[in-house]
Amino acid sequence: MAAIKNKKQAVNASSNEVAVGGHGQAKEIIGRFMRNKAAVFGLVIVAFLLIAAMFPQLFTKYDPIAQDLRARFLPPSSEHLFGTDEYGRDIFSRVIYGCRTSMEIGLVTVAISCVVGVVIGAVAGFYSGVTDNVLMRFIDILMAIPNTLLGISIVAALGSTIPNLIIALSIGSIAGYARVTRVSVLSTKGTEYVEAAYSTGASDARIIFKYILPNCLAPIIVQATMSIATTIMSATGLSFLGLGVPPPTPEWGSMASSARAYIRDYWWLVTFPGLAIMTAAFSFNLFGDGLRDALDPKLKT
Amino acid sequence: MSENILEIKDLYVQYSAGKDTVRAVNGITLSLEKGESLGLVGETGAGKTTTALSIMGLIPNPPGKITGGEILYRGENLREKSEKEMRKIRGHEISMIFQDPMTALNPMLTVGDQIAEVIRLHQNVTKAEAFQRAKEMMEVVGIEGGRANEYPHQFSGGMKQRIVIAIALACNPSLLIADEPTTALDVTIQAQVLELIEQLKRKYDTSLLLITHDLGVVAEVCNKVAIIYAGEIVEYGTLAHIYKNPSHPYTIGLFGSIPNLNETVTRLKPIPGLMPDPTKLPEGCAFAERCGEACEKCMKGAVPYIEIEPGHMVRCTKFAGKEN
Repeated sequence: MAAIKNKKQAVNASSNEVAVGGHGQAKEIIGRFMRNKAAVFGLVIVAFLLIAAMFPQLFTKYDPIAQDLRARFLPPSSEHLFGTDEYGRDIFSRVIYGCRTSMEIGLVTVAISCVVGVVIGAVAGFYSGVTDNVLMRFIDILMAIPNTLLGISIVAALGSTIPNLIIALSIGSIAGYARVTRVSVLSTKGTEYVEAAYSTGASDARIIFKYILPNCLAPIIVQATMSIATTIMSATGLSFLGLGVPPPTPEWGSMASSARAYIRDYWWLVTFPGLAIMTAAFSFNLFGDGLRDALDPKLKT
Repeated sequence: MSENILEIKDLYVQYSAGKDTVRAVNGITLSLEKGESLGLVGETGAGKTTTALSIMGLIPNPPGKITGGEILYRGENLREKSEKEMRKIRGHEISMIFQDPMTALNPMLTVGDQIAEVIRLHQNVTKAEAFQRAKEMMEVVGIEGGRANEYPHQFSGGMKQRIVIAIALACNPSLLIADEPTTALDVTIQAQVLELIEQLKRKYDTSLLLITHDLGVVAEVCNKVAIIYAGEIVEYGTLAHIYKNPSHPYTIGLFGSIPNLNETVTRLKPIPGLMPDPTKLPEGCAFAERCGEACEKCMKGAVPYIEIEPGHMVRCTKFAGKEN
C-alpha cells in the first residue's frame, strides 16, 4: 500500500515537472525544425553566408577590387580558388564580399517592406470596412505591377545606387506582407481573448500590438524568410541588367553580367557568381520552408 | 435601503442580419443592489449574453445596436458615455468572466503579464508593482504565485478559469458579470470555481450578475433570479420565490426538465418545441406556442407583467387580475 502511494507521489511529481518546465512551445518548435534535415542544411548555409557577409576578411586575403592586370583570366588554382577575372581580381574574394552586398540588400529590404506591409495589413484587417477597402485596393495596384518592371522604373528614375535599389525592391514586396497579415488579423480578431481584452478596458492600439499581432507572427516570419531569397534574386537580376549596384562594388549579378562576354573561353568567371546566387536563394528557401512546417504543423501535407 | 449598483430599464437590442432584424433583447428591466447576486437564466439564444455585452458597451456594431432603454451604473447612464470613458469602466468598475477559459487567455503572454496588464491599465503603478500584485491575485484564486511566468497552455482548464477570475477581480470591480463561467468545465471543477467566485464576491463585496442555463448553479450562488425567454424576463424574484413557487409556465417547464433526487421519475418532461425565430417574434406571448396553458388571450396584445407576491414578478396572462 505504501509502495503504491509512493509511486503515485512520484508520478505526480514528474508530471508537475513537465508542466513547470520552461517555454514548452518554443522547445517544441525548435525540435520540429531540427528533425527536418533539409531545413537544418539550409540554416547552416544561411549562417555561413551571414558570417561571410559580416567578416569577409576571415575567408580571403585578396582585396576584391584590387586589379592585377598581369594575373588576368587565371583558372581556379590553390592560389586563386575560383580563378581571376578580366581585371585580374580574385573571384573567390569577390564572391565572398558580394555576400555582404546581397545580404545587406536582402535583409534591409525585408525589414522595410515587412514593417510597412504588416502595419498596412494590420490596420486593414482590424478596422475592416472602408479603411480595409481603400488600403487593400492600393495593395492590389502594387500587386498588379510586375516586380522587376517596378524595380527597373524606380531605379531608372532615381539612379542606380544601393539605397535606391533597396527602396525599389521594398515597394515591390510590401503587398505580400500586407495580404498575409490582414488574413491572420481577421482570424485572430474574432477570438475570445481579444473580446476578453476589450472587457478589461484595453485600447485598440494595445489590442493590436499585444493581443493580435503576436498571434499572427508565424506566417509573417515565414513570409519574411522566403522573401529574402526572392529579394536577393531580384537584386542580382537588376544588377545583371546594369541597374543595380554600380561597379566596382563586388555583386553577384553584376559579376555574372560583365563575365558573360567571356563565357566561351573562361567558364569560371560566370559560373561561380551564378552558383553563389543559386546557393543563397536555395538555402533561404529551404530554411523558410522548414520554418513554416515547424511553426505550423497543420499546414504540412 | 441599499443602493442600486446596476439598473437596466427597458433595454432593447437588435441585430440586423441582411433584410431581417433579430430582436435579441426586448425590454429587459432589472436591478442589482450592492453585494447582491442575480442569476440570469435562459436557454441558448434567449438574449443573456447580449444583455451582458450591452452593459459592457461591447455589442458589436454593426450588426448589433441598442435601440432603446437605459443602463444605469451607480445612477449614470452607460449609454451616454464616450468610448474613452467606457474603457476606464471596463475591467476597473465592471468586469466580465467569459464562458470558455481555454480561449479567453492570450496564448502569447504569460499569465502574470496578463493579470498585470489590467492592473497597469487602470492603476498608476510601475510594471514591477503590477506584476507583484498579479502574483498576489494568483494566490488569492489558489494558484501558486511562482507560476506567473508560465503560459496559458501550461495550465489546466479549471486553473485557466481561475486566472480569468483573477484578471476580472484584479482591480476590485463593483460589478462582476460572469457569462456561463462553468459551462466549459467538468462538474467537480465547476463546484470549486463557483465556490471561489462566491467567496471572492463576499470578500470584495462585489455584485454579481451570473449568466447561466443551469438552475443548480443559480441555486448555489444567487439571491435573486431572472428567467429570460426570447429576450424578455418572464419571471423575476428571490431564490425562494422561483424555487418554491415557480409560477410562469416556462419556469415550471424548466424545473420539470431537471431530475429530482427525492422522487422516482422514469421520464423527464422536456418543454416541447423550440424558441421562436427571433426575426419573427409572435404577437402576444412569445412562449404561447409551447405553453400547455395557452389560451386565446395569450395570442394577441401585450402580456401583463404582474407582481404576484412582493418582489415576485411574472409575465403571464394566467395571473391577470390576481395582482397582489
